Amino acid sequence: MTLEIVLFILFGSICAISAVLMITRPNPVISALFLVLNFCSLAGLYLILNAQFIAVAQIIVYAGAIMVFFLFVIMLLNPEKEKRFFEQKTKLRIFVIAIVALILVQIVYIIFLSSPSEVITREVARSVETGTVENIGREMFTNYILPFEAAGYLLLAATIGALVIAKKKFE
Amino acid sequence: MQIPIEYYLILSAFMFTVGIVGVLTRRNAIVVFMSIELMLNSANLTLITYSSYLGDVAGQLFVFFVMSVAAAEAAVGLAIIIAIYRNKLTVNIDEINILKW
Repeated sequence: MTLEIVLFILFGSICAISAVLMITRPNPVISALFLVLNFCSLAGLYLILNAQFIAVAQIIVYAGAIMVFFLFVIMLLNPEKEKRFFEQKTKLRIFVIAIVALILVQIVYIIFLSSPSEVITREVARSVETGTVENIGREMFTNYILPFEAAGYLLLAATIGALVIAKKKFE
Repeated sequence: MQIPIEYYLILSAFMFTVGIVGVLTRRNAIVVFMSIELMLNSANLTLITYSSYLGDVAGQLFVFFVMSVAAAEAAVGLAIIIAIYRNKLTVNIDEINILKW
């Protein structure tokens, strides 16, 4: 048992359990907090995978900015407790869970059938070099400069669009 | 011993299916949105896994762009939810049926 495996089991189980808790809690604020926990443990998994820059960006952008935004809107709208429409529709929930479990079994079967670990082996030195800020930055500002600029315009358009939609009082 | 790539892929598949269950069973529009974020993140985990195992930087760049699109999507989506809440005073997606005829 190396440290890598111990950390993978720790972060992976936190990730899976917090995802399940997130969709089962009736109170949306508690769901949002479990989603923050899920994002933080995902950042830990990214660190195990030697993606340092993405791990930091995950914490700052997802667990920081986006989830604060979600919590802000939840508390602003003060939505009613979901208990009322959470307990009815048991048939629908059983149906959905059965279908989705079938899909999960199919995906796992395909993953084991193709067994990518026989073909793909990780070279640790190369993997560490891939995820550094230096490498990502060099690649982003040379080969991927056009998508980068497009992402900037997308964010600008989204900001203006969000302002206009949230401000306007439509009938 | 290193972790086989299958473990990451199965964890990612599990998170994705949990996200699908959340989208289909929850009735609060904001929680449905959070489930969509969960599904986006599981796809990100797969991209990072392959990027790390193959030593190719393209997967991590793609995750960066997915993050910026997710931020834009969350901003616009929550603005729409706020506008609907102003109009109908609810975020229950069973009662929001103004596009249904």
